[in-house]
Amino acid sequence: MANYKLQINGRSYEADVDADTPLLWVLRDNFGLVGTKYGCGIAQCGACTVHLNGNAVRACALPVSAVGSGKITTIEGLSADGDHPVQLAWDEVDVAQCGYCQAGQIMSATALLNKKTKPTVEEIETAMNGNICRCGTYHRIKEAIVLASSKMK
Amino acid sequence: MTTFPKTSRRNFLKIAATAGGGLLIGFHWNSADASAMKVVGSMADDVNFNSYLSISPEGVITIFSPNPELGQNIKTSFPMVVAEELDADWSKVKVLQAPLDTKKFERQVTGGSGAIPHSWERLRKAGATARHLMIEAAAKRWSVPASSLTAENSFVIDKAGNRKLSYGELATEASKIALPKDVKLKDRKDFKLIGKSVRNVDNKDMFTGKPLYGMDFHREGMLTAMIQRPAFGMKLKSVDTAAAKAMPGIVDVVSFKNNVAVVGKSTWQIIKARKALKIEYEKEGAVESTSDHDKLFKELMTNGEATVRRKDGDVDAAFKSAAKVISREYQCPFLSHSPMEPMNFFAHVRADGVELVGPTQTPDRARMEVAKLLNMFPDNVTVQLTRLGGGFGRRLQADYALEAAELSSIIKAPVKVIWTREDDLTGGSYRPAVRYRFDAALDANGNLIGYKLRGVGINAGNCTREDNFPSGAVDNLLIDSVEHKSPITTGPWRAPITNFLAFAEQSFLDEVAMASKKDPVKFRLDLLDRAKSSPVGEIKYDIDRMKAVIQLAAEKSGWGTKKNLAQGFSVYFSHRSYVAQVAEVEMKKGKPALKKIYAAADCGIVVNMGGAKQQVMGGVVDGLGHAMFSNLTFKDGLPEQKNFNTYRLIKMKEIPEVECHFVDNGIDPTGLGEPALPPTGGAVANAYFKATGKRLYNQPFSLQEELKGVSLGEKL
Ligand code: FES
Ligand code: FES
Repeated sequence: MANYKLQINGRSYEADVDADTPLLWVLRDNFGLVGTKYGCGIAQCGACTVHLNGNAVRACALPVSAVGSGKITTIEGLSADGDHPVQLAWDEVDVAQCGYCQAGQIMSATALLNKKTKPTVEEIETAMNGNICRCGTYHRIKEAIVLASSKMK
Repeated sequence: MTTFPKTSRRNFLKIAATAGGGLLIGFHWNSADASAMKVVGSMADDVNFNSYLSISPEGVITIFSPNPELGQNIKTSFPMVVAEELDADWSKVKVLQAPLDTKKFERQVTGGSGAIPHSWERLRKAGATARHLMIEAAAKRWSVPASSLTAENSFVIDKAGNRKLSYGELATEASKIALPKDVKLKDRKDFKLIGKSVRNVDNKDMFTGKPLYGMDFHREGMLTAMIQRPAFGMKLKSVDTAAAKAMPGIVDVVSFKNNVAVVGKSTWQIIKARKALKIEYEKEGAVESTSDHDKLFKELMTNGEATVRRKDGDVDAAFKSAAKVISREYQCPFLSHSPMEPMNFFAHVRADGVELVGPTQTPDRARMEVAKLLNMFPDNVTVQLTRLGGGFGRRLQADYALEAAELSSIIKAPVKVIWTREDDLTGGSYRPAVRYRFDAALDANGNLIGYKLRGVGINAGNCTREDNFPSGAVDNLLIDSVEHKSPITTGPWRAPITNFLAFAEQSFLDEVAMASKKDPVKFRLDLLDRAKSSPVGEIKYDIDRMKAVIQLAAEKSGWGTKKNLAQGFSVYFSHRSYVAQVAEVEMKKGKPALKKIYAAADCGIVVNMGGAKQQVMGGVVDGLGHAMFSNLTFKDGLPEQKNFNTYRLIKMKEIPEVECHFVDNGIDPTGLGEPALPPTGGAVANAYFKATGKRLYNQPFSLQEELKGVSLGEKL
């Protein structure tokens, strides 16, 4: 066990956990940030996607000891009131079915749009291909990303 | 998640009734009769109704949705129906998920695409009754006849007097008005909300990461646990828990039945401690592998003891006299449901009762089975529903709730049992593996004179749908099934049986159509005409509805008119609704690419257009993904695919364009959670054949010889 200080959503958090504990479980168990979901635990589904210094990473495969002073953003910290353009687009297109994968989808989409505000369809598909949606909402995810992209400057 | 601190009936009513004054109408789901409704001014202790709708003096309308929500969007569409008849301002409607109360909610189950068909009439009457009371209250206040008033957008309007009153202002007075014997429901042409696209009421909570799901449930002082389960056919022989128990953060390791549970405080510590368990298993029953099943299928297909499901005419004679006989076999593997949220349940067993919290499609089953297991009165078991991160039938089973309850009773503490993805894939229950053989007899003119279907399934029960099309359209027909009993657990999987049977049947009919030298669409329509003009035996599907979706799909897809595209057709009736699909495959550099799927659905009146399209598109993607990729094979009683690296689900790059259309026939809603899935595999396989001349007989397609060399990272 060791003590880790993490920068999450612009706040400081502290946890006494094993070095190999995936960030996912630290977020969920220690900090109550349960918006980041568990789906597979082996970086295959994208449900646990968060941002590390603006890049989409799978929190289930990122040991807490590797985070260091990196800045983490989770779905809870994406916007103050759920009004990030991507979140708004997700609502407008009414993307979700069960909704379980959608936090991860939104985080992957946001990371993409932060790098490239006007991605091509191919770029969208490549960036999102690691995010599984068992309910099959892929069409609307694409549509929402295009809509969000049109709203972002 | 809506939390009710206590969920006993009495307390639940008190907690729910936050309105100071206002109108509260209780109504029976199990009675479409308005007189079975009751106006409740205050919170009487024994209010005998199933659900309710309340209007506060501030005009907030609250509707309790009693069905588990797993993505089929009924938490939005139920209230839409009530709000429509009530002429409510949708922006002021709040929807709450009601906890389990079988006394109030007669059908609190999500499965079988039955939620909307089941409740349609009752929801409408509840809304219409509330509207009636509002108008009566306003008429009284203004001393004008009720017939001179109208309602709109949560207001009662007096056109002549040029005045209006809000529902909120009228709510308390309305609660004193006698309930009408009967209410008039709206004419369909006056619908304002039904048929529109209304966004999911939980969007904001979902998109900001609120704790809605069972996995997110937390109770102060609760423990977490994971359970190690044996392979199918094996039982526990010995377990050495010492090393696991000594791991940091582990509270206890206990075994019950054939399970070993590791109980702790943090998920990761439990995951690590599990690896330190030393467990020995021994054989208890048949320990089966997929290779055994493959042999078994072939043997039972010819020598199995079959149960006859339907018999019309004389098949032997028909096949003897046939000018041509076509026989084909189709096989599908076991599938996991794999909802994105793995199984989990919270249980707190106390001396005086049990509290259960979690995602289930059948809360009452969880309650009854837990009561039985712990020898308690069902009334002392409460179930609080969370949002479900998918179900697909897996959460119709109560095994995971039962485990949690049993564990809590042993460790005498509140505990949440969570399954890892590996547990979810290896712990059952599955879509059964099935093999079908179809035989068709054609006369010299290409007419279908005989038809046989045998289904062989592993724990599949009756794996046929004997009364479905083309039954009724063929003079001589025999449908039977053989079942092999296995320790591998199976259960309903979205569109049970038909999820694969439809593919096999629609592929076969395509071959039969070709053999009889008919266009596949015309072939089906002719058979339906035949069933209509001279039906054979009983017909349990609606011929006209089936024809209508066939025609709509053909029309919208430009069937037969596209030069560079290979089109494949499929149509299926399941769960009261009809869906036809056309898949389009284009040859690109000698390789087939799946470009588009058209779906034409008849689910009766569409309540929420956005939600309905979502169900159709999701159903098509689901049907395609599982037909293409997913495959669960067994080795010595254990699935070989344990996580998403080997168990393949469809991904974004692999989906074609999907276009949905709905038949507008005005009949009451007939459900849409499942019916769009069954036709997809057949439409795709038939289009693929048109493009390449190769038939796909087994699923998943991606592993078939015929698709060798096709890059599956791309579309088909
Ligand atoms: S839970 Fe991390 S990728 Fe699946
Ligand atoms: S919405 Fe259910 S898994 Fe994506």
